[in-house]
Amino acid sequence: MGGREANVVLLDENGIRSDGRKVNETRKITIKAGVLKNASGSAYIEFGGNKILAGVFGPRDVHPKHMSNPDTGILRVRYHMEPFSVGERKKPAPSRREIEISKVITEALRPAVMLEKFPRTALDVYLEVLQADGGTRCAALDAASVAIADAGIPMRDLVCACAAGKAADTIILDVNNEEDQAGQADMPIGYMPSLGKITLLQLDGVLTTDEYKKCIELGLEGCKQVYEIQKNALREKYFSDGDNN
Amino acid sequence: MANLSIIDKLKKTKILDLLQEGKRIDGRALNEPRPLVIDTGVIPHANGSARARLGDTEIVAGVKVQPDRPFPDMGEKGIFICTAEILPLAHPSAETGPPQPDVIELARVVDRGIRESGMIDLSQFVLEKDKSVIGLFADSVVTDHDGNLFDTCSYATVAAIITSKIPKWEMKDDSPVLVEGQESDAPITTIPISVTMGLIGDFIIVDPNLDEWECLDARITITTNSDGNIVALQKGGNDGFSFDQLVKCADTSIAVGKEIREIIKQATGANK
Repeated sequence: MGGREANVVLLDENGIRSDGRKVNETRKITIKAGVLKNASGSAYIEFGGNKILAGVFGPRDVHPKHMSNPDTGILRVRYHMEPFSVGERKKPAPSRREIEISKVITEALRPAVMLEKFPRTALDVYLEVLQADGGTRCAALDAASVAIADAGIPMRDLVCACAAGKAADTIILDVNNEEDQAGQADMPIGYMPSLGKITLLQLDGVLTTDEYKKCIELGLEGCKQVYEIQKNALREKYFSDGDNN
Repeated sequence: MANLSIIDKLKKTKILDLLQEGKRIDGRALNEPRPLVIDTGVIPHANGSARARLGDTEIVAGVKVQPDRPFPDMGEKGIFICTAEILPLAHPSAETGPPQPDVIELARVVDRGIRESGMIDLSQFVLEKDKSVIGLFADSVVTDHDGNLFDTCSYATVAAIITSKIPKWEMKDDSPVLVEGQESDAPITTIPISVTMGLIGDFIIVDPNLDEWECLDARITITTNSDGNIVALQKGGNDGFSFDQLVKCADTSIAVGKEIREIIKQATGANK
């Protein structure tokens, strides 16, 4: 970020990135729905080197009680990284960064989830980053959407997320850890494709207004690819072999 | 925003009704921020300080400059740390105790705008590579809360940094020693200005006051630098923006940011 010195070639003369991808290509993404026994809904995502588990509990009673709302259910999200998920051990207690990410993911999911059908309840979403490789908030949000759908909670749309950014003066899709560290900008985007609403948007780094537009447009393309993978994960669980598991 | 009382719901209806007629509850135009007043040098004990009043929201920011150890892997750069706190006297709902997520977000959004713009040339803050650097700590406190803390806090902090005087240290026997009476201006490269816009229904309003803030569907804070480029974004709130709305917000943030930057330049004597 902020144009830190790069020891690696982020983009070679053929337009190929440090991990072999083209500028408009995402990393390999696999999502599996329904991976936890006790959770109401769950999902596991591998997004490049990111490995993230999402578990959803509820709608259930709200504790502490004063947080409950007579008009609607409430959504609570905890994004958390395991101490072993990053290069240097991370202290297990939630950092300020994790608290902020929990908040932006909550607000990214909130428009999609029809919590007004469940007044006085809470829907708890736990996102555990087992391994981090850049773009964890997007991958966690992708898994969270699938897990909420897997829990059978009515939704207006799935929220899909993917980052776009800028490295080596080029707008790129799905910024990896290396590109985040040495690149020029990172813009995570969360999107509800059927409603055309962008529900998560952040940016670190400098962009002209033209680059800003291009970045959002490219990011939305990535989101749409993730959307298909999310739908497939749900199809695979519920329609694959005819038995109702 | 989630727990609207009956009064808030009535207020939201009123605010929406007015917006249909192109009006806001306090009479402003949709893209008009509240009057901004910046006073600098308000805390002589700080190395730089400012009080920003945006309408009735008031924030005091103070900068302390002192030697510190660099972050690991960042031995060729000084330290910049930015915090924010809502004081209990600022609003009846403000509480003491550990910072809530909204306050953590406030500090991190203000920090991001300043850091990502490269406002402070931190490479000039190195006393001895990998061992000793100068740290610039910008702490701000909300003394009166009438909405849009993001921008008010950002303006107060930016003004405090611009007016900071950096003391001089020299390395002697592996530790920094203060050289009395030698201060320099802070190494400023650009002036980042954040502009926060709220979405209510289909309307986008600049600098929402507290009445508006409490019934926003969503909000976005866009920080631009002196060249008119975008350096940081933060979307918040329980709804989303369309692509076209985001393009419009970017244009608005650049236009409004330009006016605000002039006010801050005048108040601080900055020339960037």
